[in-house]
Amino acid sequence: MTAATTSARVPVTPGRSPVLRALSRPELGSVIGAVVIAAFFATQTDQFATSAGIANVLDVTATLGIMAVAVALLMIGGEFDLSAGVLTASTGLVTALLVDQLGVNIWEGIAWSLLFALTVGFLNGILVTRTRLPSFIVTLGTFFALQGVNVGVTKQLTDTVQVGGVDDAQGYAAARAVFASAATIGDGEFRVAILWWIVVAVLATLLLVRTKFGNWIFASGGAPASARSVGVPVGRTKILLFMTTATAAWLVGTISVVRLTSVQANVGLGEEFNYIIAAVIGGCLLTGGVGSAIGASIGALIYGMTQQGIVFAQWDNDWFPLFLGGMLLAAVLINTVVVRRRAEDSPG
Amino acid sequence: MTGRGTWSALVAAAALIVAGCTAGSRSTANTESAVESLSLPESATATRPSEGDPDRRLTFAVVTHGTAGDPFWDVVKTGAEDAGEASNAEIDYLSDPEPGSQAQLIASATSSGVDGLIVSMADPDALQESIASAIEAGIPVVTINAGEERSAEFGALTHVGQSAASAGEGAGNRLRDAGVTTLLCVIHEAGNVALEERCQGAARGVGGAEQGEDVRTLQVNASNIVETETTIASELQADPEIDGVLTLNPAVAVAAATAIDTSGSSATLATFEFNADVLQAIRDGQLLFAVDPQQYLQGYLPVVFLALYARNGNVVGGGQAVPTGPRYITQDNVDIVEDPASIGTR
Repeated sequence: MTAATTSARVPVTPGRSPVLRALSRPELGSVIGAVVIAAFFATQTDQFATSAGIANVLDVTATLGIMAVAVALLMIGGEFDLSAGVLTASTGLVTALLVDQLGVNIWEGIAWSLLFALTVGFLNGILVTRTRLPSFIVTLGTFFALQGVNVGVTKQLTDTVQVGGVDDAQGYAAARAVFASAATIGDGEFRVAILWWIVVAVLATLLLVRTKFGNWIFASGGAPASARSVGVPVGRTKILLFMTTATAAWLVGTISVVRLTSVQANVGLGEEFNYIIAAVIGGCLLTGGVGSAIGASIGALIYGMTQQGIVFAQWDNDWFPLFLGGMLLAAVLINTVVVRRRAEDSPG
Repeated sequence: MTGRGTWSALVAAAALIVAGCTAGSRSTANTESAVESLSLPESATATRPSEGDPDRRLTFAVVTHGTAGDPFWDVVKTGAEDAGEASNAEIDYLSDPEPGSQAQLIASATSSGVDGLIVSMADPDALQESIASAIEAGIPVVTINAGEERSAEFGALTHVGQSAASAGEGAGNRLRDAGVTTLLCVIHEAGNVALEERCQGAARGVGGAEQGEDVRTLQVNASNIVETETTIASELQADPEIDGVLTLNPAVAVAAATAIDTSGSSATLATFEFNADVLQAIRDGQLLFAVDPQQYLQGYLPVVFLALYARNGNVVGGGQAVPTGPRYITQDNVDIVEDPASIGTR
């Protein structure tokens, strides 16, 4: 676990006290924040700490968490993906259009949709690595392009901007079991998306901690020049990371389209910022090289708890974005302090 | 794989180029039009009614505050295009949700010398100057959808739309008649005046006299329907007194239907606007009614009005606002709208 939070360029000093080591973990601030927020809403509202309340919080958290984990990997690798939110709509639309217009089996639609997502991710990656342009601007381009394609193609094929009828597709029952089923525990309906989120978070953590590719991710984001000089395939790593966020967008898009049985061409806009916010609250640095999948998951949990907690508390939820902005700024400040402390602690 | 990649690259490149161009040309169009409209008042006479060839093909610009892909505005656009075909008029549909950009679009339509302007006024103050310039340049203006109360003041020929407040009140009345005492009004766009007005109208409708304390409002994020569904469920769990839910967008309506189901609430659900899923929910009895603003008419009628004005000098209703709704879709008449809805005209 310690390796998850240690970038290739900043080795943990042996013999440091556990307290100091804990203080330099990037997800520290988010863990404290999550505990405080959970305790607050659990004591202040009747619904938060019930089975139904937890189910609602986790429902919002799960799909955000899947994306936040993938975006965190990409951010550790030093890049952004602004097209990820819109891509959740695009992938859902690909599945829904194939199913609705061509009557294909839903699994076939889902498979084509994955291929589409991987292509978009590959394209983002190759454009960023070949041109050396900031990913911010490249994926902003993809963001607009996909937005246009989503609406344009849907309109062309259906005359409306919404595609439905997914539940009439062959194989829908099985797809629903895999992507959108729910288990009732107490009076809460727990969605299978929660399991997907946990699986994604665990896989991403193992990837970061246990594999050579994980080291490449930290190195590509933290110190790309030195990484290249020691033979890390920085370009290939980044392309794979863009394909990872695209795959996550495909998973979330599929979960949504199977669950809602229809998809509107303009959804997903603006969601990309929530992914980045969750990753940053979870300890990712905007400069790359630092962060963790667990942290991003906790960031998503903070978003979910607050968003639903405010509703439970019967506060005016017009104010939620203000809170989100405050959290983001606080997280960025804490992260900066943690990183500075680390730099001071490390010998050279 | 490669074919797809190349295609996407082209699309991405094209989108960037287009975005760059429009951003650049907008600002210049704005200043040019201001200059033109002031210095060339004689151009005004060219578009006045009963002058020129009555068979001349007219050009109308429709400038709305809709976002691309919004199902509501999509139907308005279709309505305008259909009317254009029927009235021998070219329709130039432009939209930008940002009021400043919308004003610039109006200015560039003015400078390109259209025969008529159709404008939705979500933010009338921001559009006042550009509409004044258009009218000064002799271009007749019809306002649609929002901004009814300022339409005549700005010098528009007429307004075509559905008054948000009275439609909200009508919906509230119907919900009250169905036994609703505590209503939850779900707002999916923060800061949209028309949505707030619908909720306030509904408050009056449910509460009888000018009291709104029996209506709660809830803000949801319509970009994320799963989150919307859960947020509504949480609200219903937190406040079991709520026995009625009014949504203002069809996707949110479907989410609310599921939320009512999962939270074990017995609240009565109604919505503004509809899509195929909403119609199915009405048929299944999950939704009491949908308020149909008949927005196809908000695109269609102004084009016809402007064509009649240009060719024949007619002004419908002497300039009074022409209401396109509300029409209530219930279990009794749901089948009538089924077919038009699936081809994008409802």
